[in-house]
Amino acid sequence: MAGRAQPVSAFPGISAALLVAALILGTLGAVAYRAEAGTGFAASDWAALRFTLTQASLSALLSVGLAIPVARALARRRFPGRSLLIALLGAPFILPVIVAILGLLAVFGRAGWLSQGLIFLGLEPVQIYGLHGVVLAHVFFNLPLATRLILQGWQEIPAERFRLAAQLDAGPLAMWRLLEGPMLRRVAPGALTVVFAICLSSFAVALTLGGGPRATTIELAIYQAFRFDFDLGRAALLSGMQLVLTGAAALVALRVSAGEGFGAGLDRVVRRWDGQSALARGLDGFWIVLSAAFLLLPLAAIVLAGLPGLMGLKGTVWQAAGNSILVATLSTVILLALALPMAAAVAAGRNGLTELSGILGLAASPLVIGTGLFILIYPVADPFALALPVTALVNAVMALPFAMRILVPRAREVLGRYGRLSLSLDMQGWAFVRRVYLPRMRAQTGFAAGLAAALSMGDLGVVALFADPDFATLPLQIYRLMGAYRMEAAAGAALLLLMLSMGAFWILDRGGRWHAEA
Amino acid sequence: MKHLAFAAGLLGASAAFADTPELTVYTYDSFVSDWGPGPAVEKAFEEVCGCDLKLVGAGDGAALLARVKLEGERSDADVVLGLDTNLTAAAKETGLFADHSVSAEFALPVEWNDATFVPYDWGYFAFVHNADAAAPADFKALAASDKKIVIQDPRSSTPGLGLLLWVKAAYGDEAPEIWKGLSDNVVTVTKGWSEAYGMFLEGEADMVLSYTTSPAYHLIAEEDGSKAAAAFNEGHYMQVEVAGKLANADQPELADQFLAFMVSDAFQSIIPTTNWMYPAVTPAAGLPEGFGTLIAPEKSLLLSETEAAEVRDAALGEWLDALSQ
Repeated sequence: MAGRAQPVSAFPGISAALLVAALILGTLGAVAYRAEAGTGFAASDWAALRFTLTQASLSALLSVGLAIPVARALARRRFPGRSLLIALLGAPFILPVIVAILGLLAVFGRAGWLSQGLIFLGLEPVQIYGLHGVVLAHVFFNLPLATRLILQGWQEIPAERFRLAAQLDAGPLAMWRLLEGPMLRRVAPGALTVVFAICLSSFAVALTLGGGPRATTIELAIYQAFRFDFDLGRAALLSGMQLVLTGAAALVALRVSAGEGFGAGLDRVVRRWDGQSALARGLDGFWIVLSAAFLLLPLAAIVLAGLPGLMGLKGTVWQAAGNSILVATLSTVILLALALPMAAAVAAGRNGLTELSGILGLAASPLVIGTGLFILIYPVADPFALALPVTALVNAVMALPFAMRILVPRAREVLGRYGRLSLSLDMQGWAFVRRVYLPRMRAQTGFAAGLAAALSMGDLGVVALFADPDFATLPLQIYRLMGAYRMEAAAGAALLLLMLSMGAFWILDRGGRWHAEA
Repeated sequence: MKHLAFAAGLLGASAAFADTPELTVYTYDSFVSDWGPGPAVEKAFEEVCGCDLKLVGAGDGAALLARVKLEGERSDADVVLGLDTNLTAAAKETGLFADHSVSAEFALPVEWNDATFVPYDWGYFAFVHNADAAAPADFKALAASDKKIVIQDPRSSTPGLGLLLWVKAAYGDEAPEIWKGLSDNVVTVTKGWSEAYGMFLEGEADMVLSYTTSPAYHLIAEEDGSKAAAAFNEGHYMQVEVAGKLANADQPELADQFLAFMVSDAFQSIIPTTNWMYPAVTPAAGLPEGFGTLIAPEKSLLLSETEAAEVRDAALGEWLDALSQ
């Protein structure tokens, strides 16, 4: 595609990508520059690297591997509560880590529902702590995300292709070879990279579910370098390593992910004629029930724990909730302003680097970004005065990788199919963006915006470093409540956060959905 | 960069209009939270100082020191409140702190004569358990028992580091064996205190590393007497929390006044039921009811700041070795 004339300029997208890269690399550079003589890599850092790679690879493979049958089942079946289930799929990974851990343990822990059930049946309780616990938790966080990304791939196959396949009486194997296989080849590598990158920077989940210091990840080593050793050089070095690993994974994924799309359709409602056998129905039902139980039980635990505390929440918690909504709104706007041009630039076809800078947000350690920003801002302005914009900006950059995975495939399709037509009609630049690009990106934009809003709402991110006493966000307030022994109120506030995030996600995602599927 | 300049301009403007002097105190986040001592302390000090007390929260003790180091001599802070004896050596090394002129009848179990830092509260680390379950009487009994414990990581948590030094102070070169013995009791290690305490309350473990004063919270705030701290024969390691004045303070007199206020009744009587620690100077009205029910360790352990700084890295190595098996 390279070199072909396009109705949109790649310039805004490349500028946005440069801005993001500058933020991530600039903060890293600021930390490295501020460093005194450091100690470099220790033997323990290599052990941390090994463990990090092992758990992240396993988590990514398992999350995406399981997401394929689940997404397939959700794509083929219509049942009451389907759209609610799909919306709830957004829930796990927007939760603050501490809340999610307690929810998971309420189900899978030593005293959890599962263990109690097993003991009741006269069996051994489950042992959750270990590498398998880490992977289980990461699958809990990322299976829903992977499912949504892959489900979107299915939804982007035009209805006409399924109709044609049905007319030609394509069996399951032919469907796989002609439609599903090629679609997955395009979508799955991206999903793998995103999940891999998320798990790469995991810390509290890995440590707690891993059962102790053998589950030390690079992010924990960064944390140690910061606060135990105050060795900024080592922190920067480790953070750089994280960036390189993620960058490498992203490049591999870009290479592997290939194939032309399915062409444009007429945006008809998708109807499926395949997969009607009893076996296929049974299998799909199995996957939907299994994934729903796996995801919803810990959420149910969080809801149950939060109900008693929800009513008694005090004014400051509501105020913090207001702040969180403000941050989420601002951060969603910033995200769209960055991601939409970047997706167009990538789709216009000459921008591996734009795509790469889109994924780096995941790999950057929040601690390093926060500290770096602090070092950069401190000489010129009061960091507290900038708590809101800085938090919103960093949250947007962290959500950018997800948004890119959602927007890019669709943007490719839009430019591929309508680019030449628009050019021949001399519809270029803003006219093309307004009349063709944005309307046809509506569903994906809504999904990306919903995800960004929800993520930003639940993220503690850098706010802890910039925390103005008068500007606490809800996640910070939850930590404060827990730190003050108010576990019940904290659980209530966590439930409030869950509802707010889900609400934001649902409104934005729904607002953008035009695949009219009841 | 426009908004930076804009924000800076706004800030400058608001400072110019302020007619009362402002004292800036950096502290840890839970101090300034609505449930911590911050709001009451601010009110009480502003009544006597004719100033505006600005409490700024920054993570926990270690993050606080990192913050002060990052800001260096240009720091806006006049006072830093919330370091402990594991951090004071590193804090002095920065050369950013000035000596104090406070004297008080400290109620600490150890002698205190530090020229730079003034203590404001203290506590003992202890394993908290359900009062109806029997508790082991020392680390060896704990290791031999099948009790499950949750602890915090010394690399990311203050109590975690406290436990590391507790075992080191009590057992010295024998510490690695103690950790080996404990390794099968440790359910898991968490990033911070909140995760660990939450897990304990959910029933994930029989005991959790916390403070001897933790049961007082449940007793006083929740009227729940079901939690107890286990008294260990080796003695209990202490945490002493301190504050210090920065050498480059904009308001050195106010800073001195604040440090003196800090050891007075008005401040000290706020501490027990907000920070859930022992006040450094016992208030005239005594300790709140409920604190009398707490265990009183016969032996107090505390490494000096230089000892703590010396053994820290080696102790961490031993801990990692024993628990990574």
